[in-house]
Formats: sequence, C-alpha cells, structure tokens
Amino acid sequence: MSDLSGPTPVLALGGAAFDGYVRVAEEPLRAMFTLRGDLSAKALKNAATGLAAVDMPGQGQVALNGEHCIAWMSPDELLVMTPWDEHAKALGQLDATLTDPALNYTDVSQARALFSLSGPDGLVREVAAKLAPVDLSPAAFPAGSFRRSRIGQVSAAIWMPAPGRIEVVCFRSVADYVFTLLRDAARPGSEVGLFG
Amino acid sequence: MLLLECPCCGQRGEETEFHCGGEAHITREGPGADDAAFENYMFERVNPKGVHFERWRHVHGCGKWFHAARDSATLEVFGTYAAATHRPPEELLETIRAKRPGFKWRELA
Repeated sequence: MSDLSGPTPVLALGGAAFDGYVRVAEEPLRAMFTLRGDLSAKALKNAATGLAAVDMPGQGQVALNGEHCIAWMSPDELLVMTPWDEHAKALGQLDATLTDPALNYTDVSQARALFSLSGPDGLVREVAAKLAPVDLSPAAFPAGSFRRSRIGQVSAAIWMPAPGRIEVVCFRSVADYVFTLLRDAARPGSEVGLFG
Repeated sequence: MLLLECPCCGQRGEETEFHCGGEAHITREGPGADDAAFENYMFERVNPKGVHFERWRHVHGCGKWFHAARDSATLEVFGTYAAATHRPPEELLETIRAKRPGFKWRELA
C-alpha cells in the first residue's frame, strides 16, 4: 500500500464489546458516505443504489442487505454504507456517477463509530430507549426504521436492521462516551421490562 | 415538555432533540432602515403568556430549521410549519383561533 493512502484505519475502541442483558459491540469498520443533494435526482439515486445494491429508502427508513445499506438522513441527505473492502471501489464509483456539482458526497467512514445492540427484541429496544428520547415500541419503530436523535448528550442515528438487533452510529470523537452509556444501560440487573 | 413534529423529516420528538431559535417572523432591517426600525428588529421581542410563534431547529435530527406555534403557558404545540415563510399558514391560525379565541400575537390574531 502506498504512503498516500495513509495508515491502515483502526476502530475507535478496537472492537470493544460488552455482554450485558443484551450484547453491545463496536462493529467492524464500514465504508460510509454522506450523499447530499436533491433526493429525487436520478444521478443521486443511481449513485446510492449503485453502491449499496438496495432500493431507495422512504422517509425515516433504511434499506439494507447485510452491511450494504442506504439510510434516509434528511430531505436532502442519505447515508450509504458498504463493507470496508469495497471502500476504494466505492470512491471511484461515486466520483464517476456524481458529476453534477449540486450533488455531492463525503467519505465519513472514519468520522463515525458504529455500535450494535443484539439480543431479545424487547430488551434491545429497551436499552436504546433508556438513552434516546424516541418511541422504540415495536409498533412505532418496526424493523427497517431509521431515526436520528440523541443518545445521552450527543447526536446519534439508530436503526433496526432486523428484530433483535439495533445499530447505532455516532461521531467517532464521542465513541467512548456512547459505548459507556450503552454498556451501562445494558448492565445485568437493570432490566425494566418496558417492551415485555 | 414540548412535543414537536419536524415538518422537514416528519419525526415527532421531544424538545431536547431540538433547539429553539427565538421569536419567529422578525423582519431583519438592513443598513437603509431608520433607527427606530433597526432598534425594533434588534431588541424588541414579545414574551407572551399564551400563543407564541418561534423558530426551532431539529438539531439532533435532520438539522433543518422550521417554525412552531405553541402556548407558552401550557406547552401545547398547535403546529409546526416550514421555515421559508413570512406568516403562519391560514389553517394553523384557524386551529389556534378555535383553541384560543381572541388570541393576539404581534399583528396576528
């Protein structure tokens, strides 16, 4: 690898994990791109779906297939994720497809930290609900929902790829804070039983 | 606690997810304005007990600005609407008139 590509990226917390009443784990590095522009623009849709090979998500939704996903972040923003080994290819693909100056992307792979909560569905929801002012009941937040909010005092995005699993993305600079909060919320003996 | 619905991303959240940006619909006087108009823009704010219109930002969410109409005494939110407007939508004003007959806020009633 040439010097220009810099040192091999490392995870914010080295893949920290905690087995509480749900498992809290830092996920392996993923390639993440913020795409901004008119979400109805064909070039932007093609760029996003071309990378992740999933359909465009609706408002407040995430479309996913394993580590590939497109998340609806705001009326003019998408977050696209792919496995890390597709990072270099994805950069080339985005450069080639997003030629319109009103549509743009940023590589945020190393600006973010990614965590997962896994375990029984109700308990996973409960751990997230302890920290974020979001209705995480199964009716209000079914699998495929995506919500930007806060965790403790910092911004984060929460989504549910499948029942029994919640993924959380936050700024890398607050990774330790968010992991500590999640770990504390998942401490055995602190079950609330909010969602049965 | 205020429960606001962001008109940009459609999500309903409580106030800690948002940030208040002060009074709504202020005319920003430029360098050509006379002193009284500039003073009014710079310093004069209403502080009503009852119906109030404010700017809010969905700071932990989509990051967009919007307007909200609420009751400063009961914290009831009458509605939220787009940022790029000089005046609340008429249907929202109708809702407020029905709930708070005779309300007055600056030139709105």
